[in-house]
Amino acid sequence: MRRALGIVVAVAVFGLLALVPKVSLDTHGVFSSELNSPGTLQLLGLMLVFGGVALTYDLLFGFTGLLSFGHALYFAVGVYLTAIGTTKWDWSLPKTLAFTALVGLVLPLVLGAVSLRVAGIAFAMVTLAFAEAGSILVDKNPHGWSGGEEGVAVAFQKLPESFVGVLNTKNLYWLALAYLVVVFVIVNWAVDSSPGRVWQAIRENERRVEVLGLQPFRFKLMAFVLSSFLATAGGVVYVLLIGGATPQVTTPSFTLALLLMVVIGGTGTRWGAVLGGVVYTFLDNRLLDWSDSQTIQDLPKALRIPLSEPLFVLGTLFILLVYFLPGGLAGLARLRPRRGGVALLDEVTTTPGATVEPEAERV
Amino acid sequence: MTEPAAPLLSVRDLHVYLGPSHVLQGISFDVPRGGVTALLGRNGVGKTTTIRSLMGLVRPRGSVVLDGAELNKLPTHKIVGRGVGYVPEDRDVFAGLTVKENLELAERNGSARYDLVYELFPELQERAEQKAGTLSGGQQQMVAIGRALLNENRILLVDEPTKGLAPLLVTEVARVLEHVSETETMLLVEQNLGVVRRIARDAIVLDAGRVTYAGSAEALLSDPDRVRGLLGVAGGGAH
Amino acid sequence: MDTFVLLTLTGLALGAMYFLIASGLSLIYGLMGVLNFAHGAFITVGTYATWWSESKLDAIGSDPLRFVVAAGIGLLCGAVLGALVEIVLIRPLYQRHIEQALVTVGLSLALIALVQGIWGPTERIYPTPKWMYETTSILGAQIPNDRFVEIAAAVVTLGALTAFLRYTRYGLIIRAGVENRAMVTALGIDVKKAFTLVFAIGGVAAALAGVLAGVYFGSVDPHQGTSLLIFAFIVTVIGGLGSITGSAVAAVAVGLIQQYANYYASSGTGDLAVVLLLALTLLVKPGGLAPKVAH
Repeated sequence: MRRALGIVVAVAVFGLLALVPKVSLDTHGVFSSELNSPGTLQLLGLMLVFGGVALTYDLLFGFTGLLSFGHALYFAVGVYLTAIGTTKWDWSLPKTLAFTALVGLVLPLVLGAVSLRVAGIAFAMVTLAFAEAGSILVDKNPHGWSGGEEGVAVAFQKLPESFVGVLNTKNLYWLALAYLVVVFVIVNWAVDSSPGRVWQAIRENERRVEVLGLQPFRFKLMAFVLSSFLATAGGVVYVLLIGGATPQVTTPSFTLALLLMVVIGGTGTRWGAVLGGVVYTFLDNRLLDWSDSQTIQDLPKALRIPLSEPLFVLGTLFILLVYFLPGGLAGLARLRPRRGGVALLDEVTTTPGATVEPEAERV
Repeated sequence: MTEPAAPLLSVRDLHVYLGPSHVLQGISFDVPRGGVTALLGRNGVGKTTTIRSLMGLVRPRGSVVLDGAELNKLPTHKIVGRGVGYVPEDRDVFAGLTVKENLELAERNGSARYDLVYELFPELQERAEQKAGTLSGGQQQMVAIGRALLNENRILLVDEPTKGLAPLLVTEVARVLEHVSETETMLLVEQNLGVVRRIARDAIVLDAGRVTYAGSAEALLSDPDRVRGLLGVAGGGAH
Repeated sequence: MDTFVLLTLTGLALGAMYFLIASGLSLIYGLMGVLNFAHGAFITVGTYATWWSESKLDAIGSDPLRFVVAAGIGLLCGAVLGALVEIVLIRPLYQRHIEQALVTVGLSLALIALVQGIWGPTERIYPTPKWMYETTSILGAQIPNDRFVEIAAAVVTLGALTAFLRYTRYGLIIRAGVENRAMVTALGIDVKKAFTLVFAIGGVAAALAGVLAGVYFGSVDPHQGTSLLIFAFIVTVIGGLGSITGSAVAAVAVGLIQQYANYYASSGTGDLAVVLLLALTLLVKPGGLAPKVAH
């Protein structure tokens, strides 16, 4: 019964979202212009993309218990290969996309197989190392491909007409929505499938999974590849949405932002991460504009300065959230009575094979 | 048998969950003042968990009263400060620290009884500068017991001190514990019934998270059928 | 040859800064199980506190003295910040390590954004005493004097930390706690004070790294701390979380490899090499070079 209700709600929400470009609504400062203006649609599209990407990260972290510090790498692959393929290599869009998809499958397969040889903090650090390597590579700008600090703009001539031009922003918005829907469906299907149950079992107690005769490594790798591939797809949509690749998406700060999104939304729920991605992206973009507003500018210096920095607001909000709402925004709705999604994942950082401390020590 | 004096330690209705498992299901027992009370039971029945909950290393529901003061809910270091000495099951000496440093760490107030410890374990004085990680099992056990004895305790909680030790060392440890029990009350977890028979006055048996016997150690151990029933061994168990 | 000498001393100087940051990270993780992402903020606070107080200390005539006093203030700020963070933010979360780490992430973002808000995102010139810009000749190479200061600072810190750990009671508690925190409490010791102390130490060491970074780069900007932090994390993990000596060795290795490879191969290769070194170390020895932590 609850499943059916969930499906109805999801369909309704996505349906409403699909209608947005048709709605000319004054947003009273929530957005910088009307709801279906190109500027707002682009931001909304970004929010949806990151909702999806956050969900891919949640698949890894929230469901399977794999804390990766390098998820940005796979997103960046989608972003950069699409941009480079259509410009520096002068390929057609379909060829570029096919190549990107291939890399998006093979790269996490190889790097995942290597990284998953260790667990816990070591795993997190190895993933960080690989992502850093990617970031450095982009910075080095080999053959002038990655454009270094400046990045690479997507070649508009290669794109289908319906995606080019300000007036067609609504098509990009629908593309972003489609991406989110696809990720949402795939992730939900995956966690309900039998490998999905193994993932959640691995998160709870990997030893027990081993004892049952299943090889956790295979399942972890599966989750790793799936989540990374979906993130790469998100990168493709992202670069189309904003028109170019910049090195910011390769940095550890970016993965950290994904972590924030997932925690804000609530780990291990099916839609918490989506909400987290949406909210984070929204705040990250809009806080800057709001801080220019008269009300903030009129405040005394001690308040104005911190509030003018979006990251200060986000950081503080995040701290408060960890303290008072460890289940994230999804925890508010209390769809699933859990021990605080994040607290459950404390076991991720214990050494592999160690037994879990059942109760908090009194210190 | 009625005990005229108030018990030193009173445990009432202790419940402990380890994850989903209800390991201790409301155990209650008393440890009388003076002498050794043995805590017995099959493997995995919850003996170590009981000791750890008395120490506050695992948080139980229930009541633990030592000399009239409630210990439960206190943080571990405060429990120890009330005069609880602890010899953990796997010794847990600090491998990177020297023998001397291991003992020093245990100093609680000004009056550390180094004389007593070195008298019982002269070898510790000889090996003072040796890293504890390089000691043999028996020597580590000496460190573990020695540091618990460094301070005067109201009660000593000792968890399987003879585990994994050669027969000669088992006898040695039993001798030391016997000597100590003349002046300090001890709650002793032991699988080796020979040791129990030698030094324990009272016994408590745990099974499936509950207390199934509480009374004289001798009365229990002199009845092989009872021993087999409660502990699953054919009475005796070693040296 | 003289290039080699310059590279070596520069590598050691960078390694010195990595060590200063890594030592704090290592102790904090080793004892408390907390991955302190706020360390980047400690560095930044140290740098900016020094820079700011230097400009206010006109009363002191002599340049070098003014700098030293300003640096002292910077270090003090680091210590206070470290202790405050532990008491206010970390301690209430008991042993919930992921949440503690997350809180440090949030704090880092907020603090650095605050610094940026107050002083702007652009670089500011650092009040380095002039003699640090002058060079000394070593084996034919002209070495800027600041390199010696950084290396000396790291060596002194290493010595001080080692002595502290070996000869003081709190040092003993920390060494034991890194191995087995529960057993330390089971001996009647209240580790809470050790936690605060370790965070304060981390704060001071990071602030010192911040001061030296200002000297080394000649300028400060709000994000300098974060870029140093990544390599410091790598050093900490390679060296083994919880081990000061491990951090020292790893810091030297990383600093040197970075410099040599960036020069003799190509720019950026050094950074790549370090990253690969991390991956390799972890795959061979998941606990790092000197695994001692029972977390």
